[in-house]
Amino acid sequence: MSAFRAILAKDLRVELRTLESVPAMALFAVTTFVLFRFGLDRDSLAGGLAGGVLLATILFAAIVAVNRLFVAEREQGGFDAIRLAPVDAVALWAAKAVALVIYLAAFELVAVPIFAAFFLDSWAGIGPLVAILALADLGLGAVGALVSSLAASSRARDLVGPLVLLPLLVPVMIASAKGAEQLLAAGGPSYSGLGKWLAILALYDLTFAAIGFAVFDFVIED
Amino acid sequence: MKVPSVPSPRTTAIAAVALLAAGYSLVFFYAPNDADQGFIQKIFYLHVPLAICALLGFILAGIHSIRHLQTGDAKHDARSYVSIHISVIFGVAVLATGAIWARASWGKWWVWQEPTLVSFLIVFLLYCTYYPLRYAIADRDRQARYASVFAITAGAFVPLNFVAVRLAQPLVHPRVFATANGGLPASMLFTFLVCLAAMALLWITLVRFELAAKSSAGRLRRLRRALDGDLGLAGGSRIAPAVPPRAAGPS
Repeated sequence: MSAFRAILAKDLRVELRTLESVPAMALFAVTTFVLFRFGLDRDSLAGGLAGGVLLATILFAAIVAVNRLFVAEREQGGFDAIRLAPVDAVALWAAKAVALVIYLAAFELVAVPIFAAFFLDSWAGIGPLVAILALADLGLGAVGALVSSLAASSRARDLVGPLVLLPLLVPVMIASAKGAEQLLAAGGPSYSGLGKWLAILALYDLTFAAIGFAVFDFVIED
Repeated sequence: MKVPSVPSPRTTAIAAVALLAAGYSLVFFYAPNDADQGFIQKIFYLHVPLAICALLGFILAGIHSIRHLQTGDAKHDARSYVSIHISVIFGVAVLATGAIWARASWGKWWVWQEPTLVSFLIVFLLYCTYYPLRYAIADRDRQARYASVFAITAGAFVPLNFVAVRLAQPLVHPRVFATANGGLPASMLFTFLVCLAAMALLWITLVRFELAAKSSAGRLRRLRRALDGDLGLAGGSRIAPAVPPRAAGPS
């Protein structure tokens, strides 16, 4: 537990001092919104289109953070240090997953209001959207930390990471985009059947948290 | 030097060919034409067994991977790799036959409202990334371990993905086993089960052939290395005294 806290604190401190991930993600998202504005040739979105644009942008922005997640471990011997220290390797995965969730939450705090200001006619659906985004972030954190660690020691890591990550994220995309579609619908948010999408996201989070917990030891072991 | 012998998968191969011939003879000469879809429904006896074998193969690969991580034995990693490889090849056939069936019964090559087909595509795309991941890692031990981690993660992903896609779409896939009016007639079910067994046997045969090929290639490599080592010894490139191979054993 103390190892988990130490690694997490280290990562957050590094991020606060270098500002490598979150600002890049935010900038990436705003640029993507502008691209969608002209790609779709619309200046207001609702329903499925709004959910799709928002969630696709968030997932692609998450790749920016996932690619950077293990940079320090790879380039400055963090993996060797973990291997030498008498701590559980799972602490490293858990700390990275939580760090990724925090980056994503911070990024969404900026990106979602910008999205709403750019495209939405009413902000009514934004409040309940937080629940969907929170569950989606947990899933992204668990899967992202695992895939990032696998990709980190491969030669083509910038390619392999997103390549493996994107198919794994399809269920997150399905459930959260469907949920967001209802919340951002043109006639105001509707809540019928929303529980089903939240349940799928929660099931996804639990499954991949369990897998990360079970297999991460083997990623570090040498 | 101990060189493991390679078991021949010939018996399985003969059984698979015989059962495939029997199964598809039943399809064309015994099973009745579908009342609703007619002749095109016969592709069901090819498409569905292929899909079931591919998905079971992916899950089997995950189980082999768990064994590999537990024991550290490279044998299980080879089995996991070969299972995924053959299942991906089956997957291409599933998508092709699925597209043909979709074209014949819905008029389009690809139907996005079809949850089973879409789930299968997502699973297939995920397993296609197994190769770039595996071959981007130079160190052999780590390659095997990471490939196993991937196979376990993806194996758990298969059922989850089917649930998510199924819930997101209305049903148009033919539900041949559980329909309101009693499901499949006995003659069709029997034919289907024979085809499924034949396809499973084909999958096993292909896996065994590839494993045999891999282990032969490894054996050849070891023999060649041993040969090179001997030549090096004869050339006097080593400082240690040469020990004739015959004298090595207890006499």
